[in-house]
Amino acid sequence: MLKVQNLSKSFNVGTENEINLFNRFNLNIEEHKCTAIIGSNGCGKSTLLNMIAGSVPIDSGEIILNGEDISKLKEEERAIHIGRVYQDPSLGVSPALTILENMSLADKKGEKFGLKRLIRKENNEKYEEILKALGLGLENKLNTRVKFLSGGQRQSLSLLMAAMKHPDLLLLDEHTAALDPKTSHVVMRKTKELLSNYKITTIMISHNMKDAIEYSDRIIMLDKGEIALDKRSCDVSEEELLAIYKAKLEEQIA
Amino acid sequence: MKLIITSLEQGLIFAILGMGVILTFKVLGESDLSVEGTFPFGAFIFAKFVSMGFNPIASTALAFCLGTLAGLMTSTLFIKLKIKPILAGILTMTMLYSINLRINGKANVPLFNYDSVFDSGSTLIILIVLVIAIKLIIDLFLKTETGYLLVATGDNETLVRSLGVNSNKYKVMGFMLANGLIALSGALMSQYQGFADITMGTGVMVVGLASIIIGDTIKKNASWFKNTSRAIVGATIYKIMGGIAIDLGLAPTDLKAISAFIVIAFIAYNNVALDLFGKASKKEGRELNVKGTKPIKEF
Repeated sequence: MLKVQNLSKSFNVGTENEINLFNRFNLNIEEHKCTAIIGSNGCGKSTLLNMIAGSVPIDSGEIILNGEDISKLKEEERAIHIGRVYQDPSLGVSPALTILENMSLADKKGEKFGLKRLIRKENNEKYEEILKALGLGLENKLNTRVKFLSGGQRQSLSLLMAAMKHPDLLLLDEHTAALDPKTSHVVMRKTKELLSNYKITTIMISHNMKDAIEYSDRIIMLDKGEIALDKRSCDVSEEELLAIYKAKLEEQIA
Repeated sequence: MKLIITSLEQGLIFAILGMGVILTFKVLGESDLSVEGTFPFGAFIFAKFVSMGFNPIASTALAFCLGTLAGLMTSTLFIKLKIKPILAGILTMTMLYSINLRINGKANVPLFNYDSVFDSGSTLIILIVLVIAIKLIIDLFLKTETGYLLVATGDNETLVRSLGVNSNKYKVMGFMLANGLIALSGALMSQYQGFADITMGTGVMVVGLASIIIGDTIKKNASWFKNTSRAIVGATIYKIMGGIAIDLGLAPTDLKAISAFIVIAFIAYNNVALDLFGKASKKEGRELNVKGTKPIKEF
């Protein structure tokens, strides 16, 4: 499905702050599974996601999605195959536009944008149905501007828009981190429903170990650009993960 | 009465400029300062073609088409060369000053001896028809798939890229359209006043912004009142206010200062007076002010 091969990435090359974050890094992501990536700040989680999505260039290596090396493609070219939800609920939507307009845009993803009218009445029913399945009451607010929605509603809409065209790969970049615990729980539950309905291969970054175990099929812990742990979620416990974290921290202090 | 009609006519010419400025400042959220170069650019292009024997309608249309190149220049400077949009606009404007002088080889071109688009009927009616037609075309365009991408690019570029689209393309398109309209406005102004002059661009940036700001002040919360209509109403009110000021005995040379005062007064009303009288907070809260429109952040 997704193969990352011999990936290398350094920052601040040639300065005293040079960091060789990834050095011939390899990773295999299985189809239709949700893989959670955890790790402390600076371990390379977000950089890895950014490199896969194309918003951060790689130094060398290959990123192979469905047998095709996408590492030379531009971000927007990769976006046709890759959906993404960001930590900031405003990044995945256009806040000045209405829910209907946002969904109509997302529905055209990967197609040619021409001079036809974007909003077509015949699609409203379809969108209402999709929103109804979300269960947040958004189906009655099709003409509400997204900036008037709450963070949780906005993030759920972002998720829906990213997943709507069934991308080959979905990247969730700490997508519940900016939400309060209750809303975060709701959005996580919606995420799980959506992923199992749409069967989308997913990589999820999380700082919340409980969520990572509960909602993913596989857990990978990164440490300084290397895989420190790679297990099936049902085989790990929160305590085990915390113990590894603690050991790494002590190692750093020592 | 004559004063009102003259102000209205000039207001309508500047309404086209206002609609152009809206595309960059409000829709894309970028400051394009090349306006003061593009406006006379349109006038000089018109003068060149009409003096070469072209029909005035074709010459005006050519002013629009070539005006888009100014937008292409500014957007290329800031997208490809990563120059800040404000500086990119200023650079284009500076370049256009020399280009404008080159087009006809002089700083002032009298046009009294040539035909103009206003020859075929009443100036006011021709302008009203033209302005409404342009407004409708822009409104319709913004409802198309491409138009929505232009709006979304100004609102959230990340989303546009995630749709598999190069957002820079839409910035270039917005800048080109805007500068085309501004050049068109300049071409009409030169026909209206009977000459193209190198100084005619001075201060038009303020006129454009004033139109938007005045337009925004009226019926703030009404989402049916589109940006394009706001530019038209704003530009006409602005010109009529200037006309009244001259009628009251101020010299035409005072106009630039009056322009700035009108802008200051409307911004002060928006930013300070509403708070002083508690209007904004008492009603539906500040947030609702932006319901239908996006205010220009910098102001």
